[in-house]
Amino acid sequence: MTPKFKAQAGTFESSDIMVLIEPVAEGSGRQVDISSTVMLQFEEDLKTCINQVLDVMEIENVHLIAKDKGALTPTIKARVETAVKRSLGIQEGTL
Amino acid sequence: MKNALGVEIPEYIEGLGELQPYQGVWKSIIEDEVPSTNISRTLKAKKAHTSKFCDSLEEAIKKCEPFDGMTVTCHHHLRGGDGVLMQTIEILDKMGIKDITLASSSLTSAHDGLVPYVENGMITKIFSSGIRGRLGEIISMGKLKHPAIIHSHGGRVRDFLTGRIKPDLSVLAASAADEEGNSTGSHGPSAFGSMGYADIDARYSKNVIVVTDNIVEYPCVPSTVRQHFVDHVVKVDSIGDASKIASGTTRITSSPMDLRIARIGATVIEHSGLFKDGMSFQVGAGGASLAVAKFLREDMKRKNIQGSFMIGGVTSYGVDMLEEGLFKAIFDVQSFDAAVSTSVLNNPKHVEITCDQYANPNNCGAMTNKLDVVVLGALEVDVDFNVNVITGSSGEIRGASGGHSDTASGANLSVIVCPSFRGRLPIIMDRVHTVVTPGESVDVIVTERGVCVNPAKPNLAAALKKAGVKVVDIRDLKKEVDSMTGVPAKKELGDKIVALVEYRDGTIIDVIKNVTNLE
Amino acid sequence: MAKKKRRSMLYIPGNNPAMIQQAGVYGCDAVLLDLEDAVALNQKDAARILVRSMLETVNFYDTEVCVRVNNMQTPFGLADLEEIVPMQPDNIRFPKTESVQDVKDFMKEVRRIEKEHGIKNPKMTIHVMIETAKGVANVYDIAACEPRVDAITIGGQDLTADMGIVKTPDGAGIDYARKRIVMAGKANNLDVLDTVFADVNDEEGLKEETEYIKKLGFAGKALINPRQVDPVHEVFNPSENEIRKAYRVYSEFYKNTKAGIGVFAIDGKMIDAPVVQRAITVLEYANIDIKDIEKSLD
Repeated sequence: MTPKFKAQAGTFESSDIMVLIEPVAEGSGRQVDISSTVMLQFEEDLKTCINQVLDVMEIENVHLIAKDKGALTPTIKARVETAVKRSLGIQEGTL
Repeated sequence: MKNALGVEIPEYIEGLGELQPYQGVWKSIIEDEVPSTNISRTLKAKKAHTSKFCDSLEEAIKKCEPFDGMTVTCHHHLRGGDGVLMQTIEILDKMGIKDITLASSSLTSAHDGLVPYVENGMITKIFSSGIRGRLGEIISMGKLKHPAIIHSHGGRVRDFLTGRIKPDLSVLAASAADEEGNSTGSHGPSAFGSMGYADIDARYSKNVIVVTDNIVEYPCVPSTVRQHFVDHVVKVDSIGDASKIASGTTRITSSPMDLRIARIGATVIEHSGLFKDGMSFQVGAGGASLAVAKFLREDMKRKNIQGSFMIGGVTSYGVDMLEEGLFKAIFDVQSFDAAVSTSVLNNPKHVEITCDQYANPNNCGAMTNKLDVVVLGALEVDVDFNVNVITGSSGEIRGASGGHSDTASGANLSVIVCPSFRGRLPIIMDRVHTVVTPGESVDVIVTERGVCVNPAKPNLAAALKKAGVKVVDIRDLKKEVDSMTGVPAKKELGDKIVALVEYRDGTIIDVIKNVTNLE
Repeated sequence: MAKKKRRSMLYIPGNNPAMIQQAGVYGCDAVLLDLEDAVALNQKDAARILVRSMLETVNFYDTEVCVRVNNMQTPFGLADLEEIVPMQPDNIRFPKTESVQDVKDFMKEVRRIEKEHGIKNPKMTIHVMIETAKGVANVYDIAACEPRVDAITIGGQDLTADMGIVKTPDGAGIDYARKRIVMAGKANNLDVLDTVFADVNDEEGLKEETEYIKKLGFAGKALINPRQVDPVHEVFNPSENEIRKAYRVYSEFYKNTKAGIGVFAIDGKMIDAPVVQRAITVLEYANIDIKDIEKSLD
C-alpha cells in the first residue's frame, strides 16, 4: 500500500515518539529519518522497529520522519501504525 | 596495575605523580597506609592594628603574589549562583598567570565560563568533587592538559592534609564578613548557610582572601572562618546571583515515580532494624532521595520515633523535622535554601560543621562514621552494586561525587534510590561507566520495580521480604528492565584518560576515558 | 482463591505512553487505561492502538488492568472493542450504561469478537459504569442481567451533569445513587466502586470521602493521581487492632472447627459465621494468608 496523505502520530513528550509520514511517488522506496534522545544507544533498534511495522503493513514507498524521546518498543510500534493508518486514510486523526 | 575492582590504573601520571590502586572500602584506612605527611600551617605575621582591606579583588590577589603553576581554591557554597570563582580566574588571566591547578570543592553550572581557560591551557589541572555542564563535556573530550581528579568531600580534606592539594591562594566568598575576615554564610543579603567546605581552605592555604558583598561592623558574629587565618578582606558589589545561591524553601518532588520510589525507600528503612529511637539519618537534596524524608517523617510520627541527628547537605525539609522534634540536632556542612540559613543562624541545635568533621576518612571523628541510614541517588548502578554519580550515559562527565562514597562507607544502611530506567536508558548495568561508590559499601538499591539487597546482607533481605517488600535479585531486575528498554548499543570510548576518580582514602577507584562522540 | 482487592483504581490516560508503561508500579490495586474522557476526539485512534500495543508487552505485575472503552453510541465504541477485546485485559469498563439492552448490545459485540479470535473461555470481566439518572433507576436489572459483570461503578461527574445539578464536596447530589448502586451490587455479589475525588492536593478531603464510601459498602475508589493511592489504602486497610482481633477469631474458629465445635465464644461473645467471614476479609486486606494461620495451629 502507498500512503496518500501527509499524516502524523505521537507527541513530543518524554517516552513518546512523533512520527510524520509524507507520501512519495510509487517506486521511490522507503526513506526513514530518525532523530532521538537515545540515538547513540538505540539507533539500530529504532530503525529495525520502524521497518518491521512498515513491513507488516506492506508500505514500500514512504518518507517517514521520527522524532523520538525515548519511547519504548510498544509505543514506537503504535505510533508508526497510527501514522500509517492515518496516511492511508483508514483512520481519522490530526495533522 | 589493577585495582580491587579490576580497573587498570596507571602507576604514574605526568603532573599528578604516582597513583595507588583502590584496594577495598576500609583496607588502606584500617591498615594505616595513610601517607604520614603532616601539613604545617603557614606562618602569617602581621603588625598590630593594620588593615586587611583591599580596594578590589585584583589588589588582594596581587598582594598574594600569584605565580605560574600555583594552586587556587574556592568553595561551592554559592552553587549555581557563584560569581567569585570566575572573577578570580579572570583576574589571574589578566595578570598573565598560567598553568593553574584549580581545586574548588565542587564546580557547578555557574562555572561554564572556565571552558576557554581550560582550552587555552591557563588551567591545566582540576581537583573537584563535581564537574558539570559544558566544562564536563570538554574535559571528557580531553581538553584539560592533565586528567581531572574527582574526589569525595571527605577525600578533599584528606588531599589537603596529605599535601596532594597544596593551596597557594584561596578566595572564599562570604555573605557577611568584618574587617579582620571573620566571616559567615549564615546572614546577610546573599546568605547561603553553612561554610563547612570553605573552613578547610582557610586553615590550610598559604594566602586566604575573604570576599563579601556585605561588610559588617567588627566583630562579625557568629562567624565560621576566623580572622587568624585570613590575609585579606575585599568588599565587592556582588558575590553572585542571589536567586541561584539560596532561595525560599526546598519543595518535595511531585513526580509520581519519584514519590513511589521514595515510599518504597522509606518502607525499606522502616523494616531495616535501624528505625528506632536514636537513629541518625542523611538524605540527598532533591528528587526521590529527598522525598524519602517526607515519608520517613510521616512514619516517625506514626510510630512515635525520635531520631538522634541528621547530617549533610541540609534542606528546609530537614529543618522542619528538627523543629518538630523528630531529630535532636542537625550537623550542617552545606545548606540548600534560604530557610536553612536562618536556622543555622538562630537554632543552637542546628550546628555548622566543617567538611573535616563531616567526612574526612583520616580523622578520628567523621560524622559519616556515626551514621545509621543514608539515602542517595545514582546515575547508574551495576549488578555488583557499584554506583556511578559522575558520568552520563555516553560516558561524559556530568555529575558529582560529593559525599556519596563517604556516607555510603560510614552508614550502617546505605540506600540508593533510582528509577530502573530513565528515558529508555536502563540504570542497572553489567558494569557502570564509572565507579564512584563501590558496591561493597552499598546495601540496598530501591527502584520502582523492586528492591535489590546486597548479597552480603542476607538478614536484611529476609527482614524486608517478611515485611512485604518486593525484594528481587539485581540480575533478574536487570534482565526485566533490559527486556522493556532493549539493550543499549555499546559505545566506544577513547584510550585517553581524562579524569581519575579518587576514592575517599586517596586510592584510585576508576579512570574516565575520553568520549569521542560529543559534539 | 481470595477475591481481588479493588481499593484503588487509578485512571491512566490512554494516549500517555509514559504513564501506561509505568502503570504496574504505582502500588494501586487496579489501573484503568482510559480511551474515553481522557482522550481528545482526534486522538481516539492513536490511544486505542497505543493501549492495544502496550497490553501486548507491558508487565503490569499484580495490578488488575481494566480498559475503559467509549460508549457504543459513539463512533469509537465498536472500534475500541475490536482492538481491545482480543487482548483480553482483566476487565473492560463500559461507560454510561443505562439499561439491560445496553449491556446486551455490547456483550453481543464482545462475544462476537471473542469468537472470531478463537477465545474459548474468556476470563475478561465487565465493569458497568452508571452515570445517568436512567442508569441509576435501572441498576438492579443491569447488575443482574449478565454473569460476566463483576463490578459496578458510579461516575459522579457525569451523573450530576445528567441530573442538572452541581457536584458538591459533600456528595449530596449523588448520595442516593451511591446507596442504591451499592445495594444493587451487593444483591448480586458484585464489587461496587466509587467515583473519583477531583482535588489531588486535598488529602484530608480524599480520606474523609473514602471513609464515608467505605462505610456505605464500596469496595474501592477510582483515582486520578498516583499520590491518592496511599491515603485510600490507609482508609481501606484494617487497623492493627482489627487485624489482631480477626487473627484471634480465625484461630479460635479453626481450632473449634477441627474439634467439631460449631459455635463458640470469645470473651463471652458468640462467634457465628458472619463474624468469621468478616475476620477473613480483614485478614485478606492485611495480606495475611489464613493458610499460614492454620499451619501455625496444626
